[in-house]
Amino acid sequence: MFENLSDKLERAFKLVKGKGKITEINVAETLKEVRRALLEADVNYKVAKQFTDTVKEKALGQQVLTAVSPGQLMVKVVRDELALLMGSSASEVNLQGQPAVLLMAGLQGSGKTTLSAKLANYVKQKKGRNPLLVACDVYRPAAIDQLKTLGEQLEVEVYSEEGVKDPVAIARHAVDHAKKQGCQVVIVDTAGRLAIDEEMMHEISALKGALQPTEILFVVDAMTGQDAVNTASVFNEKLDFDGVVLTKMDGDTRGGAALSIKAVVNKPIKFIGTGEKPDALDVFHPERMADRILGMGDIVSLVEKAQEQIDEKEAAALQKKIAKNKFDFNDFLSQLQQIKKMGNIKDLVGMIPGVGKQIKDMDIDNDSFKGIEAIIRSMTPEERNNPSLLAGNRRKRLASGSGTDIQQVNKLIKQFEDMRKMMKSFSSGKAQRMMQQMQRTRR
Amino acid sequence: MALFGLFKKESKQQLDKGLSATRENLFSRVARAVVGKSKVDEEVLDSLEEILLSSDVGVPTTLRIIERLQERVSRDKFVGTTELNRLLKEEVAGLMADSGNGQEDGTMPMPYVILVVGVNGTGKTTTIGKLAYRFSKEGRTVLLGAADTFRAAAVDQLKIWGERTGVPVVHQGMGADPASVAFDTVKSGVAQGSEVIIIDTAGRLHNKANLMDELAKIRRVIGKVIPEAPHEVLLVLDASTGQNALEQARQFISATEVNALALTKLDGTAKGGVVIGISDQFKVPVHYIGVGEKMEDLQVFHAADFVDALFAEPGKSMTNK
Repeated sequence: MFENLSDKLERAFKLVKGKGKITEINVAETLKEVRRALLEADVNYKVAKQFTDTVKEKALGQQVLTAVSPGQLMVKVVRDELALLMGSSASEVNLQGQPAVLLMAGLQGSGKTTLSAKLANYVKQKKGRNPLLVACDVYRPAAIDQLKTLGEQLEVEVYSEEGVKDPVAIARHAVDHAKKQGCQVVIVDTAGRLAIDEEMMHEISALKGALQPTEILFVVDAMTGQDAVNTASVFNEKLDFDGVVLTKMDGDTRGGAALSIKAVVNKPIKFIGTGEKPDALDVFHPERMADRILGMGDIVSLVEKAQEQIDEKEAAALQKKIAKNKFDFNDFLSQLQQIKKMGNIKDLVGMIPGVGKQIKDMDIDNDSFKGIEAIIRSMTPEERNNPSLLAGNRRKRLASGSGTDIQQVNKLIKQFEDMRKMMKSFSSGKAQRMMQQMQRTRR
Repeated sequence: MALFGLFKKESKQQLDKGLSATRENLFSRVARAVVGKSKVDEEVLDSLEEILLSSDVGVPTTLRIIERLQERVSRDKFVGTTELNRLLKEEVAGLMADSGNGQEDGTMPMPYVILVVGVNGTGKTTTIGKLAYRFSKEGRTVLLGAADTFRAAAVDQLKIWGERTGVPVVHQGMGADPASVAFDTVKSGVAQGSEVIIIDTAGRLHNKANLMDELAKIRRVIGKVIPEAPHEVLLVLDASTGQNALEQARQFISATEVNALALTKLDGTAKGGVVIGISDQFKVPVHYIGVGEKMEDLQVFHAADFVDALFAEPGKSMTNK
């Protein structure tokens, strides 16, 4: 089964954890595991080697002599180095300029057009500015239509010129158009190109020259392998881009390409694409990413997401119920509604520290909610309040009432009970202890 | 600046050099690794390991290849470095059996239904355009089905390929039920007597259970028209994808019984080495490789050529054939 980088590192650290002190030999063993884990996560070979060399130097330094627990210290050293490699703080996209011009660049299929639309949505919804999308992919069939369709959905104007094959001219005209129309941010979608295609690389340089963009964003698929470093360095040589966007982060890729690119071109990763919907765009937080890679969970993102969607009063009331172990099907249903608003459930649960691993193989998908909702809605108010009423006959009624079958009803009730148990353990201070431990390792 | 605290100045330069070195000919690197040596030793195997890993071959497959080489070295007692290249090629090609491509020997059932699947942005629609061109050039009648009803303008994109290659496209517009489009396509293909039916699907990440279920449904629905169809479920993989491609293969195979692979974008600097592990682990052959954006830039896969290209300068030997 698929193993995450965090699992691997966890295992690697176990090798150290068992031993009383760090020696050259047991560090070497651990680092071999770390290096292998990084390679399996698609971190570039050279970058992984450099990384483990640095970690080794630090681990064998004098801090080791004063270490209470070698395992914890190794976790800290690796995490610190990882965070350092990912960059030290989140960096926003620069929207200054009249208008600000954002130029997209990247390989075919990296997700430039989708990202352009997401950026337009971000600029409009979160920054309150008026964006203009520009269709400069004049090669791929229907690329312009794609951008137009997305523009329509978002109610963002799309500038295109039918039949014109000169992206530089289109982009120039678009900027003029933006000035006239009072659009503050111009987002230029371009064709995908290979780093070794000189003609196409020349074209994107020309676009840069003509537009003097505020930001050039290098768009890269998070699933990219060893080649990420080559492509990123060539694009950087030609364009000296300002930032990187990692797309398709909602997949199960370990995203080692992020580490490699950062190490080789030293440009900040500004955004991550996390889904196909227009709002599936997150600002990149290097330290969160490092934590996520190490399996510490992306709790900050989770809290932020939750805050955007959840009514605080309701949440406080729920907290009390959970503490008293009185969580019932009404709460469950309203939780479902809220979670659905927040996005992909598996992603959300995966952000909780310590839970990620157990939940990984569980089959949770958003559509499976339909059946669950139907079953809960088939319950009487008493049943919802007091799930222990749900005996065999009632379950049969629920199955026929909701158009499901008895197995599904049983499964739901079982899941509900498991969930209650899990919540109980979380509220019983186990979670707090876990957090404290995490805090310690961080220091 | 904080970042390159990690790499000292000199080592940063070394790193840069090292990275450009991955673009060099692999054999020249092997040759360099063995300079002054007449037999294969640990050091040579170490540098081989590095070379394979930096081509996305992946840790387990690389170790397997190295182990097998080691075995042969110890068995044959003395393996000269000149023989190493040959051995290496043999080992890699051995992992990737040449595909028994049904259409080549004329045993293709009629209509031959191909369902094309993959994650977002691997080049499914482009590959279909190229396949349509290829089959029509062979004088076969082709029908395309636009079952990617999700991504903006995907239907238009396929229609343009249809126009370019003179092949009709069955479509119901955006937002239509993809299974219904697939059903219609196969039905009308049967009615028209089409020889090859190719169905495009929306790109989907393999960890989205509901989207994978949708794909399984499309497959089932096709089987309702012709029980043994789809004859080919073609998983399109991007050569620049790293180890995640293995997971893609695993999930798509379990959802749709993938029985053929296409490896795209091999005209770039990416080597697509991960496909060795996929082919070996899942016993699914690579049928096609994409080497450019033009209609004719699709080749039938041959393991030996691929191995050559894997070890050659990128973008050269695959395209200059």
